[in-house]
This record gives sequence, structure tokens and C-alpha cells, in this order.
Amino acid sequence: MKLAYWMYAGPAHIGTLRVASSFKNVHAIMHAPLGDDYFNVMRSMLERERDFTPVTASIVDRHVLARGSQEKVVENITRKDKEENPDLIILTPTCTSSILQEDLQNFVNRASLDSKSDVILADVNHYRVNELQAADRTLEQIIRFYLEKAKTKNDLVIEKTSKPSANILGIFTLGFHNQHDCRELKRLLTDLGITVNEILPEGGSVTNIKKLPNAWFNLIPYREVGLMAAKYLETEFTMPYVSITPMGLLETENCIREIIHIIKDLDPSYDLDFESYIDNQARFISQAAWFSRSIDCQNLTGKKAVVFGDATHAASMTKILAREMGIRVSCSGTYCKHDADWFREQVDGFCDEVLITDDHTQVADMIARIEPAAIFGTQMERHIGKRLDIPCGVISAPVHIQNFPLGFRPFLGYEGTNQISDLIYNSFTLGMEDHLLEIFGGHDTKEVITKSLSTDSDLVWAPEALVELQKIPGFVRGKIKRNTEKFAREQNVNEITLEIMFAAKEAVGA
Amino acid sequence: MTMTNSTLTESLTFDCETGNYHTFCPISCVAWLYQKIEDSFFLVIGTKTCGYFLQNALGVMIFAEPRYAMAELEEADISAQLNDYKELKRLCLQIKQDRNPSVIVWIGTCTTEIIKMDLEGMAPRLEAEIQTPIVVARANGLDYAFTQGEDTVLSAMVQRCPNTPSVTKDLKEILPTQQKNLETVGQKSSLVLFGSLPTNVATQLTLELERCGIQVSGWLPSQRYLDLPILNDNVYVCGINPFLSRTATTLMRRRKCKLISAPFPIGPDGTRAWLEKICAVFGLRPVGLVEREKKIWDSLQDYIALVRGKSVFFMGDNLLEISLARFLVRCGMIVYEIGIPYLDKRFQAAELDFLEKTCHEMNVSIPRIVEKPDNYNQVQRIRELQPDLAITGMAHANPLEARGINTKWSVEFTFAQIHGFTNARDILELVTRPLRRNKALENLGWNQLVKI
Repeated sequence: MKLAYWMYAGPAHIGTLRVASSFKNVHAIMHAPLGDDYFNVMRSMLERERDFTPVTASIVDRHVLARGSQEKVVENITRKDKEENPDLIILTPTCTSSILQEDLQNFVNRASLDSKSDVILADVNHYRVNELQAADRTLEQIIRFYLEKAKTKNDLVIEKTSKPSANILGIFTLGFHNQHDCRELKRLLTDLGITVNEILPEGGSVTNIKKLPNAWFNLIPYREVGLMAAKYLETEFTMPYVSITPMGLLETENCIREIIHIIKDLDPSYDLDFESYIDNQARFISQAAWFSRSIDCQNLTGKKAVVFGDATHAASMTKILAREMGIRVSCSGTYCKHDADWFREQVDGFCDEVLITDDHTQVADMIARIEPAAIFGTQMERHIGKRLDIPCGVISAPVHIQNFPLGFRPFLGYEGTNQISDLIYNSFTLGMEDHLLEIFGGHDTKEVITKSLSTDSDLVWAPEALVELQKIPGFVRGKIKRNTEKFAREQNVNEITLEIMFAAKEAVGA
Repeated sequence: MTMTNSTLTESLTFDCETGNYHTFCPISCVAWLYQKIEDSFFLVIGTKTCGYFLQNALGVMIFAEPRYAMAELEEADISAQLNDYKELKRLCLQIKQDRNPSVIVWIGTCTTEIIKMDLEGMAPRLEAEIQTPIVVARANGLDYAFTQGEDTVLSAMVQRCPNTPSVTKDLKEILPTQQKNLETVGQKSSLVLFGSLPTNVATQLTLELERCGIQVSGWLPSQRYLDLPILNDNVYVCGINPFLSRTATTLMRRRKCKLISAPFPIGPDGTRAWLEKICAVFGLRPVGLVEREKKIWDSLQDYIALVRGKSVFFMGDNLLEISLARFLVRCGMIVYEIGIPYLDKRFQAAELDFLEKTCHEMNVSIPRIVEKPDNYNQVQRIRELQPDLAITGMAHANPLEARGINTKWSVEFTFAQIHGFTNARDILELVTRPLRRNKALENLGWNQLVKI
């Protein structure tokens, strides 16, 4: 048992559901008790999704506990098959089904006899993998399933496209700025004369999976999801892949060089002058290089920062801060414990120390000890920063609704470098302003009841009414106090009692 | 499902569907109960799934150093390689050291049910060992929905309430407040209200009863665990929320309390009926309640004008549905369907009667009550009926809005202040918000925001 207040990565089934619901026309059925379908709430609220989330639960209740799911799961699958007509139904186990040890594979086999759609059981163990690992695995599982299916049906097309082309794997729902990154990647590939073959899983269709091998190579923008699929495609179809995250100027450059290298291998006649493209982008199109050179950025030299997040974002961010902006990264860390070795190797030489943990109190203690000028982390670090009065830029999931901006905010590619520069700069400046405010005494003390300027009130507040007033949340307390006093004056009452307070509320209807 | 199934009827009808509906897990009660009971600590014994739910459902609250935590079960706990008792002792000692709460509440989850972890058996032993009371509540998704979580916690807490100081005891020994209570109810019986409410709402209801000449001798739960009310066979109890049927049963069976079955004090009509019922039990004639109710209705006229004649569909997820529907019918709305996770017809009897009566008085058909609804079927019915408002969980709200259906998130009714005369306006504020907002956007031509 572990005493836990907060977690960075969610349970395994969330990863499976994220991948499943990113595909078009794929339905996931969770084998879970009532209330475990809060994934639908997250997707509907955070992504502001317009469509119903294609996830339903086959409810595990007392009866199921006593007698087993029996026909229930099968019925739910065939019912969903008729109602929604999906291409694929994924039966998703949860922590509950892990311990019930029902033969879900058997249900899947039976249900697929009666269903038009394909039916598979997500191969994830709640107690062994987390959200990200499960997502990676599920994506690979679906791709493998359809490619093997195509193989047996003999309609696999391995022929490469005539022009250089790429698949982008790992863009999916509830991913940190994934939609924006995807758009930016497409632009980058277009600039390089490469067409996009398939993007999976976001917006992809399982019927198109058989076309995956047509592409020349796979691009894996995020380390956490897509790598397993890319490795499978490499061994099975000798498709090369690029897994350098194009985040920051230097890494974008590395990513491009790697892509060009692969393409030139396959087609020696490819003759884009990519060196001048990179040079032009870095010096004149992106503002990041110039920004690093400008005197604004000089002020940031040697300032201490702490970075924490998923492996991809934390590693990239550490490198940007250290190499491209001259900021001192005192500690760099990730909660992707399963990928610790890769992470250590990536940030080696770019930070003073490395922290691998999924315990947020350790992260908080580290930040408190280092006292950096800015933090770059997840929503958790943002709140740690709030408590310690240290500004924080959010660079990685887990995230809140404000990390799903409507405007175009990629983290990858050349536009991404601009966004990141803004983020870094704003974090530091705001911190400085805050500090100045503190020095010049800008803030109220917390005991003050209202923000009204005059204090010449002739009204007396009864002690119990005052206690009641204190219970009202700070941001409306002033308004309520004013309204109550106004009401009391109108009623010619001098002492405000509890009764008067509530009567005032009823009268003004506030 | 077709229109025929949704046809309105003349008397109460009850249907039961498949139970494939969306609601919150009952462990969410931790969110409001730890705030209500100030000296408590809630330990949810479950998996990452439970933790992730709490973290996402409760949003920013988690960052305010909450007095709740997960005892996260790992593989070794599930396969019994670790000793549950020793593990829980280790965690509870840590909690005691860090927070020193007056009570630790263990919330049992689906996992502890399935692996049959004997929480009720371990708690008394551990309690004796660490000298901190441990209350066990099984608030799991196998048995319960959303607000029923509070019901399981309160019914477990009933057992911890003290007995009354004996009546023969010298009155001087009794604390002044208790003395006052004993005097006002003629030393014979007292009134304890059950249900967790924000403290100011509890104060408001207490004041309303005082106006009727009734002294409330205690609340379950109280602000502090150490102040739990006295319960015995002289105590009348009355619920303030429709989802507290287990607590009511426990109060009657275990503590021999007398239950006052009344409509719930939601809406001015409900509040008056609730007060009148309590007054009747205590043999008092309420004074000025009719005028008071009328005054509140008068003050709501601007909102009522907005909802009159409009239709509403409750998908059902928090058990407040019957009371809210009854109030909205009184406001002049037409209710198409009342979805509800679970309906205890005995505990809600007075409320159901009141609903029927209200429908007759307002001359509208009685809505269909659907227990354990099926959300898929409900969405089909909503498509056909095109209600002016759907009260629904957050999983369906945005998709319905994108299809031109006004929605209100049902969860807000759980967290908003909706009880008593004073807060009637807050209910209508919530109900009318989508109508007011969408009215402002009505003429822009963007009501359908999905491609069909």
C-alpha cells in the first residue's frame, strides 16, 4: 500500500481509452463498475469535444460479482455493434476486471461471431503499466491486428508511394497540445517535400491501417506513445522511423537531418537544399534564435530553473533552456520511471541533477530546496510554484482545461520554438514583477474583510454574523457585505445579525 | 425507444432500464465531507483508478492540502503477499503523525469488496491500537451511485454518536446549550437533522425551525467529529437530502430514533412542507409560513417568467432529481422524464406524494420516473422530445449543446446551496443560466455545431 495524494500518470485503461477514442468509428467498452467512465467527462470537458465519447461501460455490479458477467459483456458488445456500427470495438479491462479474472478473451471471441465490427481485447494489465505505457501498447496492438488481418486477407499494399511520405504516429486525444503539434508537423513535412500518408490514432480510420506500409518512414514525435508501433513496423516491414522530438531549434534541426538521411537512402535523387532551409528557418523565420541573442534574453543568463514533466517534454525543455537560452537547469526530472535510462542520457550535461520520481512531494521538496527563479512542469508544479511564490510555465501533461487553448499553440517545429520562447520569457518576467510588487507592498493582508475603501460605517456587525461573513468565499465577500449593509440601511437597522444577513440575501437575490 | 415510452401519464409510473448510465463514483463524497467535518481524515482504500477519479473530479481542491488521501493498493496487496492490517496501520500512523485527526474514515472501494478485505473487522483492532477512532464506509461503485457515498459514511457515523445524558441526571451537570434544548422540547424529545450541508445553509435551516419554535439539538454530520449529536429513542430525526435512506434506516433500527418523513427542503414549496411536517410532529402550529413562502415566490418572478411553460429532461445521476423536478413543476415547467439512479420509495414517500400533488395542482401530466436509466436510450428520447433543457452529467453536456440542446450540469446542484427559503433563487439561477446564455446567442444561427 502506498499513501498517495496525487498521480502524474493515470491508470492503464485511460491510455487505452485515449487511443481508442482518437480513432474514428472505434468504440471502447469498459468492463468496470458504475462511475469508472469518468474518462468521458475528461474528454468532454478538457477537449471540449462536440461528439459523444465513444466509450461505454459494461457495468460490474453485485450480480456480476456473484455470478460473473456471463452474457452481459457479450450483449453489450453486440448491442453497441448494432447501435453505432463501429469498425472496431475494444473491450477494455480495468483494475476491477484485473482481479475478477474473468475470461474476457472468451467474451470477445463469442461477441465477434455475432458482430459486424471487429472486436479485440486490450492487452493491458492495470497493475503493471500506467496510462502512457498502455496507450503505447494499445496503439501497437491495433496496428498489428489490422496489418495481420490484411496479410491473411492478402490485401496488404506494401508498395511505397512515388513521392517521399511519412506516417505520424502518436497524436491522440487529451495529449498535451497534440492537435497543434500535428498541424505544425504537417507543415514542416510539406516544407521538406514530404507528403503525410497516415496520422494515427487521432482522426484516423482503422480501415486505413493497411496502408501504413506505403509510407517511406514513420515519425514518432513523442517518446511515450507510438514507439512500440514504430518498432513493430520496422521489424515487420523494414520501415525506418525517426523518434527525435522536433522541439527547440537544435532538436528540430536534428530531426530534419535524420529525416533527410532516411529519404536520401531510399531515393538518392532527392535534392532539397535542406541546409539552407534549416538555416533560413532558424535565423529568420523562427524568432527564437534572434530572441536568445537579444538583450531581453541576456537578463535570463544563469538564472536557475527546474524542469519536470513527461520524458519527451522535460528532456526537450531542459536542452532548450540550457543550450539555446543559457539558463541554468538546476534539476531536471520526469515521472516516466519506465523510461529513466533514456531520460538520464538525454539530459546528461545539461542539468546539475536528475530526479526520477512519480511522487509529487519529492518534486515539491526539491523545488523548495533549490528555490529556482522559474519552474517548467505540469499543473502540479504550477501549484507547487503558487505555494512557494515561484512562477511556472506548464510544459507537459497532466494538464487542466487551460492547457487546451483554442488558438494555435504548438510546442513542436519552428512555430513551436516561438511559443516556447514566449512561455519561458513570460514565466521569468512575471516572477520579477511579482517580486517588485512584494517589495513595494502591493498586497492586502488576509484578515481584511472587504476591499471597500471607506471605513466610516455606522453599522455594527453582530459577532455571529461576522463569523458567518468570514465563511463566505473571499471573492464575493465584499459584495455580500455591501449588499447586506445597504439592505440594513434601507430597513433602518443598525446592528447586522444573522437574520438580517439572510433576509438581505433573500431581498436582493444574490 | 420511442415517443410512446415517454408519454406523460396521470399517476406516478416507475420504469427501470439497464443501468448503463453515467454518474460519479460514490467515493466523491470525500470531496465535500472532509471539508464539512473539519477534524476528519478520509482514507480511500483503492486503486489508481479511484485516485485518478478523485484527482480529476475534484480539480484544484487537491492542491489545498486536503485531509484525504488514497491508500493505493498495489499488486502485492491484491495477491495478499502483504498483510493488510500491517499496511493500514503503517499508513494510519503516518496520517496520525502528520495531521492528528479526531477520526479517520476508511472508504472501502470496489477493489476492497472484490478481494474481501475485512475493513470492518480490522478497524476496531487498529482503533484500539492507535487510539484514533476509525469509521468504515463502503462507498463503492458496485453498489452505489454518487451522492449515496455520503449516505454510507453518515450511516456508519450514526454508530459513533453518543447516547443522551440520562434524563434523571441533575440538570446542572448538563451543558447550557443542551439544557436549553431539553427545556424547549419539554425534556421529552429533541430533533436531530441529518445530511451534510455547508455550515451557513445549516444555520439558515436551524433559524427557520427556531422561528417555528423548534430547537435543533444537533446535526449529523456536525462541524467536528467530536461534536456528533446525541441519539436515542427520544430523538426525532429528519433528513434534508433525498439520498440518505441508509442513514435513515440505521437511525431507526440501530438507535431507535423516530424518523419524520417529509418532503425535502428544496425550493420554497419543499421548505414549507418540510417545516410544516416537523411542526406537526412536535404539535406546533407554524406561524407565517404561508406568507413567507409567498414572499419568496414573489421574489423569484423574474426567473419564473423565463422557465414557465418550458420543458425539462432529467437524465439522472445524483438522486436529487425528484425534489428538483417537483420544484420545477411548481415553477411552471413541464418535466418529461425523471431519471434517477436509485429510488427508495419509502424514504422518498412524502416527496413522491408531493410531486404527484404538485402536478395535479399545476395541471400538468406526471413525469415518468426512470430508475437505473440507460443513457443511450435517453439520448434518443431527448432527440425526439427536444426538451428546452436537459439536466445531465458532464459527459453528455457538451455533445448535447453541440446538437442544439440546452443543458445544465447536474453536478452543480450537488455543490451549490439549494436548501431552504433563502437559496431557492440559487436553484433557478442554475436552471435558467443556459436559457439566459443561449437566449443571448439565439439569433446568431450557430445552434447546431456538428455536421450531420
